[in-house]
Amino acid sequence: MSEYIRKYFALRKHNAKVALKKAKQRKMCYLFLAPYAILFAMFFVFPVVASIYYSFTYYNILEPPRFVGLQNYISLILEDDIFLTSIKNTFLIAIITGPLGYMLSFLFAWLINELPRWVRSIAVIVFYAPSIAGNCYVIFSVLFRGDAYGHVNALLMDLGIIDTPKLWLIDPNYMLPICMLVILWMSLGTGFLSFVAGLQGVDKSQFEAGYMDGVKNRWQELWFITLPNMKPMLLFGAVMSITQAFSVCDVTMALCGYPSTDYAARTIVTHLFDYGFSRFEMGYACAIATILFLIMILCNKAIQSLLRRVGT
Amino acid sequence: MSKKSKNAKEQVYKKKLITRRKPNRSVAGDIALYIFLVLVALVMVFPIIYAVGSALKPLDELFRFPPTILPQHPTFDNFSDLFVTMGKSWVTFSRYLFNTVFITFVGTLGHLLIASMGAFVLAKYDFPGGKTFFKIVTVAMMFTGYVTQIPNYLILNKLGWIDTYWAIIVPAFASPMGLFLMKQFMEGLPTSLIEAAKIDGANEWQVFRRIVMPNVKPAWMTLIIFSVQGLWNNRASMYIYSEEKKTLVFALQQIQSGGIARTGQGAAVLVVVMIVPIIIFILAESQILETMASSGLKD
Repeated sequence: MSEYIRKYFALRKHNAKVALKKAKQRKMCYLFLAPYAILFAMFFVFPVVASIYYSFTYYNILEPPRFVGLQNYISLILEDDIFLTSIKNTFLIAIITGPLGYMLSFLFAWLINELPRWVRSIAVIVFYAPSIAGNCYVIFSVLFRGDAYGHVNALLMDLGIIDTPKLWLIDPNYMLPICMLVILWMSLGTGFLSFVAGLQGVDKSQFEAGYMDGVKNRWQELWFITLPNMKPMLLFGAVMSITQAFSVCDVTMALCGYPSTDYAARTIVTHLFDYGFSRFEMGYACAIATILFLIMILCNKAIQSLLRRVGT
Repeated sequence: MSKKSKNAKEQVYKKKLITRRKPNRSVAGDIALYIFLVLVALVMVFPIIYAVGSALKPLDELFRFPPTILPQHPTFDNFSDLFVTMGKSWVTFSRYLFNTVFITFVGTLGHLLIASMGAFVLAKYDFPGGKTFFKIVTVAMMFTGYVTQIPNYLILNKLGWIDTYWAIIVPAFASPMGLFLMKQFMEGLPTSLIEAAKIDGANEWQVFRRIVMPNVKPAWMTLIIFSVQGLWNNRASMYIYSEEKKTLVFALQQIQSGGIARTGQGAAVLVVVMIVPIIIFILAESQILETMASSGLKD
């Protein structure tokens, strides 16, 4: 046993030596990477660690942080009903808009793939524009206005489906579905671009080979040839979709108000803002941030291992 | 003569290409596909068209019943009203515009330089820690900026950068998305190019500046659009509180929340805010798509 341990350490030592030597040879690599690495550590790595640390404390900026153990998490889960609502809303939004937006991104990228070049580039602009149009989603609050001047109310009343105007953005029953609709409208984002570009790169001769081997229609082509070729882009798109799906807050805040009626449109991020920047309970807010962080990372890992199986 | 015959030959070739249909495609399927795509495209652009339409509507048309979608007598009144309203505020419109342009420009430039330098060594050299670092960057793409917002505020506060432009600009330098896309694109660059430059006596910085950067111009555009999009729309309300340093988007949204009398101006605001990222995207589309082709996450 001791022999084994000794050998193990000798090996590690040797490896470290080799690495050090290599590192010395490649000094300039570190110089090149240093500016980015320092900023990245400062604004991405360290904050995550700090957030986890503060989540175990009571901290209100004025006094130094006081260690309270798991108290923040316990009160989050056991006492904070609004947090549970926000978790429920976030998951509802994520589970519906995440996969749907992801599939829509792929579907449209695939459908426009065979169009002539100039039609395709117009189509890409049309589909991608909503996701970069700043806060254009605010316009939906005009479309869904609660009185008879709102377009949706006017249209539905014209058709005789409803006879009094509905308060779309104030009635808790309609808030979430409308937010989901708007989020879906904006969901053809970075992942969509990645899919469009990836589909263009699929080797054409594979389709001809597939045709010879008896691929009958475009659906078979999609499943047997296109999808396996697109795996890296599918993984990238999934990361984008999941990250977006769980960080919903702008749309709900702009459309349903902040706070919304009965907290019916509250998401985890809105809850985080509330405690972090309105009530200055930083420790509690960091606990929310940590939970959100864990949810996102776990979800990403799970989906990635699932997607790796495509076409194998 | 040879040119003429060549032209004739090409024409025959072209004709053949057009008439030959791809296998596995039916005409009916194609037509259905086109109709479907046009319908979806209409749904997608409708809110944007509606926003532009509202911005061009004169006041009496904004509140007409039943509501209209396109303006009958388009005017630029809302835009000129917007400038009047902005002119009345004690911080001038040009100051807000300068703030946003400054933040966007410096942030994007710095991000492009710093991320490219990092991406260059990560893509082209094998050194201890490089792969691990890139893995960490990929993980950083998996959670949103909101998670780190509170510690970020505390860090910026320690540095004394709260209420300065740097509070927005410097964190934007380190955006993981830019490094990721740049690194993936640079991997496609032939290593022999760099080796040839080395043999000719260039040092690493010269290789980076003279050989690598001119060859990855499509990736520049991609980094620029993502960075501009983030910074242009940045309201910065958490980090900047003195009025003369606020961004354009923040000021415009104040106008938007001014109630029903500002409906027309609010729509004009939407148009002003969305026009910049969309125009940059339209101009750079083909280059962005070229970069995105290498965006895949490999194991």
